[in-house]
Order: sequence, then structure tokens, then C-alpha cells
Amino acid sequence: MKLITAVVKPHRLDEIKEALQAFGVQGLTVTEASGYGRQRGHTEVYRGAEYTVDLVPKIRIEVLVEDGDAEQLIDVVVKAARTGKIGDGKVWSVPVDTAVRVRTGERGPDAL
Amino acid sequence: MPPGISTLAADTPTLSSANTGFMLICSALVMIMTPGLAFFYGGMVRVKSTLNMLMMSFISLGIVTILWVLYGFSATFGTDKGGFIGWTSDYVGLSGLGITQLWDGYTIPVYVFAVFQLMFAIITPALISGALADRVKFSAWALFVALWVTVVYFPVAHWVWGAGGWLFELGVIDFAGGTAVHINAGAAALGVILVIGKRVGFKRDPMRPHSLPLVMLGAGLLWFGWFGFNAGSWLGNDDGVGAVMFINTQVATAAAMLAWLAYEKIRHGAFTTLGAASGAVAGLVAITPSGGAVSPLGAIAVGAIAGVLCAMAVGLKFKLGYDDSLDVVGVHLVGGVAGSLLVGLFATGGVQSDVKGLFYGGGLDQLGKQAVGVFAVLAYSLVASAVLAFLLDKTIGMRVDEDVEVSGIDQDEHAETAYDFSGAGGGAGSRKAVPAPSDTVAAAAPIKKVDA
Repeated sequence: MKLITAVVKPHRLDEIKEALQAFGVQGLTVTEASGYGRQRGHTEVYRGAEYTVDLVPKIRIEVLVEDGDAEQLIDVVVKAARTGKIGDGKVWSVPVDTAVRVRTGERGPDAL
Repeated sequence: MPPGISTLAADTPTLSSANTGFMLICSALVMIMTPGLAFFYGGMVRVKSTLNMLMMSFISLGIVTILWVLYGFSATFGTDKGGFIGWTSDYVGLSGLGITQLWDGYTIPVYVFAVFQLMFAIITPALISGALADRVKFSAWALFVALWVTVVYFPVAHWVWGAGGWLFELGVIDFAGGTAVHINAGAAALGVILVIGKRVGFKRDPMRPHSLPLVMLGAGLLWFGWFGFNAGSWLGNDDGVGAVMFINTQVATAAAMLAWLAYEKIRHGAFTTLGAASGAVAGLVAITPSGGAVSPLGAIAVGAIAGVLCAMAVGLKFKLGYDDSLDVVGVHLVGGVAGSLLVGLFATGGVQSDVKGLFYGGGLDQLGKQAVGVFAVLAYSLVASAVLAFLLDKTIGMRVDEDVEVSGIDQDEHAETAYDFSGAGGGAGSRKAVPAPSDTVAAAAPIKKVDA
């Protein structure tokens, strides 16, 4: 199994959700996050004094998938998240040892 | 506001209920400016010092009101003593006044004039507080307010507006307080911060305004109240001068807001909310001395010039390294100086007085007089305020400890915080629950007789 994590622009959430549903993903976790990449946030101006705001709002989406689906699913997320502008975010995957559905006790791919 | 112009016995004024009502409303309008100022400033500081900023303005409503009744009115508008200060024993404690006694040469009771002027005395020291954000002991501030109005405001207001005051006699035009209020407060702010120094982290830590909606609310209240401040300063509206002031106030403020925003857009790439609020206040400040002397078109010029000048001036603190936290110098001193000097250029004659400015064929005479007024008040207020701050700093201390400043002045000085971020059901700490009053509990509890 793989854990796909995407940190993306908040306003792309709906598109990503729809794309994941169309792909057949059953569940996901969404967290509000903040951070910056190479673009280093944004600048605000108060009476001419400029303040650099490093951390900008992001959404963190996490999905557990079977190994075989991981690469394709990453492509789905990237396609739905992309605006082409700076700060679109990142998607990555990590291997997962085990997963358990709490209600039934099912393990491994059955728990997804 | 011209005091006691001499009138012929034949047209001795009688009480006008219209003017009296108008002036009572104007007084109430000026009063709302001080809480408005509190919000204007309060939104501009960080969360941890919001309440302190509100309180520094609000306390002026308490202290100055009492001092005004005790001796302030007498010192400001009593019989002139050498051009410097006034004194009339009947004014002390407002004790020797009859309810129908009129202000000399006008159609309103002395009480109405006294209460209208009181509101000016209240807001002027409150204006200073914006430069001192985050770092002044509240007790020291309260004492400063009491001393400052006594040593600086009452005399300066007498110079400018009191019959026999030396600037008044010289012919300096200050319709509603550009000199006595704004230059006075702006110069005082500069004097105090030169003594007490910068905030911890000035130019290093971000000190962004915590609530621009509060700033806008405050600026809106200031704009609204300013109609009373300016239109009321003719002490009646029998001849329409008050209405000229009203329209000029609106026009100059609008022009200044647009000018500030245009400057910002060109210079920094955005039309900011804080710029709109600040531009409006800059326009209000600038039209205050000049609004009775200029035409509405002149008011547009005054506002636009002041808007750009003040927008440029607020950056000075970073260049020069003094921490005028909320730009009292940049907005009130610069705006006040601009408005006062522009009288010498744009005065049309025939509104408040016959004086004509340079652009209307009056030569440089009035400009020179205005410059004397500006410089005299600026210098006196700057020096006297710095001396007062120095004395307070050497005795009771002006500043809070550095760790208090860093952790938040609200909690230490006022035992409160402006906002509760603990959320529903958590984070409130181990605060003791306040027991409900026992009678409420008894009334609310079901009463059931239990048989033994």
C-alpha cells in the first residue's frame, strides 16, 4: 500500500475531490495546512511598509491506495491540482506497512 | 473659532435655540471622535496590545473632562494674562455661570461653548497615544495626559483661540484646530518618542495591524464626528459658514483619500484599506485649519496635497529610525502643517474672514503669519512634551519592562486580553469559575419538598 499526500492550493480541493471520486477512491483525509515553497509566500503593504508573509494557506490531502494504483492516482491529483501558476504545491507517496479498518478489524488492502 | 468679537450694543446677541441645539449635537459628534480614534488606533496594533491602545484614548475622556471643569476652561478661555494663558475665576469649576449666560458675542450659552471645547481638549492628548503603542505604562500615560493638557494644551489653545491669545491677536487662522489640536498633538508625539525610544523589535519584527475592519470603523467614526468638529467651530450657523465648513470637510477628506490611494497604487502596487483610512484622516486634519478660508475647489486641493504629503511622510520613521508607531507625526503633524500653511495660499476671503491667500491676490502676508503659528506651536509642544516625558521617565518610569512589552502590555497593565482564542470548551486554563449569585440559583432550582 501507498500513502499519497498532496499539499495544494485550497481552491483546487473540489476538483481534486471529484477527480479522486471518478478514479474510484473511497475515502480521503483533508487538513488545512500552511507553508511555503520556493516562492516564499507573499508581500503585504501597510502604509508603505512591506511585510513578507512566509506561510501561505494550503490544503493537505491524504489518500491510502494499493501499490498498483499509486502512480496513476498521483497523476490524477497532479492534473486536478495544476493551475500552472507558482505555488501549485506538491504530491508524493510513501510505502505503508499496514492499515486497519477500525470497525471490522480488516487488515491490508481489504481495509482500504 | 473666533472668541468674543466685539459687538455693538444695538445687536447684543440673544440665545438662539437653533444654534444651541446645533452646538449640542456638534459637541456630541466631537465626543464620538475619541472612541473612534481608539478603534482607528486599536486596529493598527498587534492583538496583544489592542486594549491598551483603546484605553489610552478612552482614559482621556475621564481625566481631561474633570480637569477641564476644574481649571481647564478658565485657563483656556478665561481673561487673557499676557497673551499666554487665561483665567476667570467664575469659570473655575464652572461655578460662576448662569444657565442663560451667553458666550461673549455669540448666541449660545457659555455651558454649550465649554462642553464643545471640552471635546477638543479630550481628543488632542488621545491623538498623541498612537505614537506610543505597546510600550508605555498606563499610569505614566494617565499622568502625562493630566500634565500635558495643563502645561501644553490649555495654553496653546488659549494662544490660538482665546481673546488676547498672542497667535490669535497676530491674525493666525486656525478655524477648528489644525494648530491647537493636530500640530500640537503631532509635535508632542515626536517629543515623547524621542525620549522614550522605539518598541522592542522595531524594524525587525513584523508589526502588522491586527484588524483593519476596526481601523475602518474608527476612521468612519472620525469622519462622521469631524463634521461636528469643523462645522461646529463657527459656534452657530446663522450665516452659513458652518455649512461651508461641512462641505469643505467632506470634499477635502474625499480628495485626500483618493490621493493617498493613487500614491500607494503607483508606489506600492495596491489600493490598501489602511491607505484609504489614513488618507481620509489626513484630509480631515488638513481641512481643519483651512476649511473656513477656502472654497470647495480649494478644499479639493488642500485634501489632495495633504493626502500625498502624508503618504510620503509616514515612511520617514523607517528612514530616520524613530518609532512613531501609528504615524501621529506623519499624519497629524504633517497634515496639520500642510493645512495651516495652505490657508496662506488658498484663502479666498469672504467666508470666515476677509483674509486672502497668495493665489487670491493676498500676497505672502497670511502665509507668513500661518508659518509663525505653525512654528511656535510645533516648537513649544515638542520641547514641553519631551521635558514632561523626561521627568516622568526619571521618576515613575515611562516604559513597561521589556518582557511585558514582548509578552503583551494588555495582560500586564490591564489584566485582560482583547480576544479569547481558546475556542469552545477548551484552553481557558485553571481560571476559577465565578459563582452565580445565590438568589438566582435558588430561583432557578426546582423546589421540591422532601418528606422526612
